Amino acid sequence: MGEKERVRWRCRRGMLELDLILSRYLEARFDAMTEVQKEAFQSLLEYPDNDIWDWFNARTRCNDPEVEPVVGDIIGFAMRI
Amino acid sequence: MGLPVRSFDAVIVGAGGAGLRAALQLSEAGLKVAVLSKVFPTRSHTVAAQGGISASLGNSQEDNWLWHMYDTVKGSDWLGDQDAIEYMCRMAPRVVIELEHFGMPFDRLDNGKIYQRPFGGHTQEFGARPVQRACAAADRTGHAMLHTLYQRNVRARTQFFVEWMALDLIRDADGDVVGVVALEMETGECMILQARATLLATGGAGRIYASSTNAFINTGDGLGMCARAGIPLEDMEFWQFHPTGVSGAGVLITEGVRGEGGYLLNANGERFMERYAPTVKDLASRDVVSRAMAVEIYEGRGCGPNKDHVLLKLDHLGPEVINHRLPGIREIAIRFGGVDPIKDPIPVVPTCHYMMGGIPTNINGQVVAPHGTSPDEVVPGLWAMGECACVSVHGANRLGTNSLLDLVVFGKAAGDHAIEWLKANPVQKPLPASAADLSLSRLARLDNQKDGESVTEVGQDLRNIVQRHAGVFRTGEVLTEGVSKIREVAERVKRTAIQDKSKVFNTARVEALELDNLIEVAMSTLITAHTRTESRGAHARDDFPDRDDANWMKHSLYYSADQRVEFKPVRLKPLTVDSIPPKARVY
Repeated sequence: MGEKERVRWRCRRGMLELDLILSRYLEARFDAMTEVQKEAFQSLLEYPDNDIWDWFNARTRCNDPEVEPVVGDIIGFAMRI
Repeated sequence: MGLPVRSFDAVIVGAGGAGLRAALQLSEAGLKVAVLSKVFPTRSHTVAAQGGISASLGNSQEDNWLWHMYDTVKGSDWLGDQDAIEYMCRMAPRVVIELEHFGMPFDRLDNGKIYQRPFGGHTQEFGARPVQRACAAADRTGHAMLHTLYQRNVRARTQFFVEWMALDLIRDADGDVVGVVALEMETGECMILQARATLLATGGAGRIYASSTNAFINTGDGLGMCARAGIPLEDMEFWQFHPTGVSGAGVLITEGVRGEGGYLLNANGERFMERYAPTVKDLASRDVVSRAMAVEIYEGRGCGPNKDHVLLKLDHLGPEVINHRLPGIREIAIRFGGVDPIKDPIPVVPTCHYMMGGIPTNINGQVVAPHGTSPDEVVPGLWAMGECACVSVHGANRLGTNSLLDLVVFGKAAGDHAIEWLKANPVQKPLPASAADLSLSRLARLDNQKDGESVTEVGQDLRNIVQRHAGVFRTGEVLTEGVSKIREVAERVKRTAIQDKSKVFNTARVEALELDNLIEVAMSTLITAHTRTESRGAHARDDFPDRDDANWMKHSLYYSADQRVEFKPVRLKPLTVDSIPPKARVY
């Protein structure tokens, strides 16, 4: 218990852009994630805000094989209108 | 009281640039320091600062701290305190070099010195011509500063309490601050952190606005703690705005969009800037564009079901221009506005960016309040620095790149001053029996509230009222209505309830506690904005369009307990140089 609650708080970031994207993604997708995906998402949250933001904007590439798929999924999620 | 107690020499609330800089001074002096932070320190909002940090190093062009001081006083529209501004501008080169020695990766010139870039409002020879004064680490200056300071603090053995929220100050019968009560999110339990020195570095409170660039954590916790402890808040009517944030999100759309030919439309499809600025239209200054947008919305010509935004049209520029000359704009519009600007206009609204007011302090970072005949009597044991403080170096408007400078100069000054104060005050004062009462009663009220109000709904109403009534368009009528509406919200805040009463990472409880802080900030903003019948810096009253130095060259002080506004004089006398006399602020 408390896993989603903990992750929800850790979606609170220093950058507003990440607050918005990560919290929306969490509420939309977290419940349906596999354990592996949940762990990957939590690993993503350990990275610095500026690194995550650069990955989301394709300015740099995420080289962490665990996290890279979730970055791709979030980019697709955030670009839906 | 029953709560566990831990004792420290110093407790610092907030782990952004100001908190970390102060913590470093204190820890390196061998003191026992606790730093509390709602989020991991390097995720503080300081990471969002991209522009740079100003210092008259003169590496790229001739520069002088006195010119920097002049630019800052002028930027402040003569509401800044000239002793504090002199201190900050003189210290700037030293603190920047210090950051360099700490390992901060500044951009460099070929000769190895720190590269400096131009920035709006920075000039040589008292406004004669622009100067390159901003030091930066690519577009990650705040990030680089935070990481550098965090690493140094780890080395200096600063003790971090991560994912802890400070709830209230503890003041004893003499009025001295002797620590804080804080909530650990992981367990939902409270603890008393007793300290001989308590330092607040909780950042801004831009989340009182419906549209704000501030991160969700910027809820003015330090300001709420002070307001509840009887300490006034200074100059809360002054907030800096940017004209085009994505409506409902707050993420900024660069002004380059209008530079490339984008323009604004109201609900009637009218290009309304033609009425406000017939010649330059959408390329008018920030203030003019923001105000025009706000008037359109206020007068009922806003777009959308709530008529709460206008539209920024750029589809006529074509995909080529949008994709190549405005990189990233399409992604921002899609992600945060839900529209593709190649086909549809972007909903935008004037967006709050920075809080000039805050907890009143002197140049040592000591919190001060009027007492007897002194306007600046020290509150013993309490310091504040960074955006949560009002020292006041920004006055009625902040000069770009002075915010990061403020953090390090006054973070260091407060740390140094607290070290000396701790030497002179070696004995820990006892905790009053009532130390935790206020916090525990707030928590108990929240848990036991019957038929309460939803935190989300009350918070939304608060933000919408502040946005509409204390945004960039201000008149007596707009503000009078706003004051009455926000008072109604304040009553509802007293009856908030949460459904989820669990202990572990209960975000709902934290948000309810944050709302207690936001309402203090919102009330102070509306009431002081209503009181100040002049226009100065970022506070523009349509019914009082001019600056009125004879009556209003003074700081406002808002007292929460009886919603009273008092005033204290601006400190026009610098430390060592002649005063910079007031004149019109024209760029």
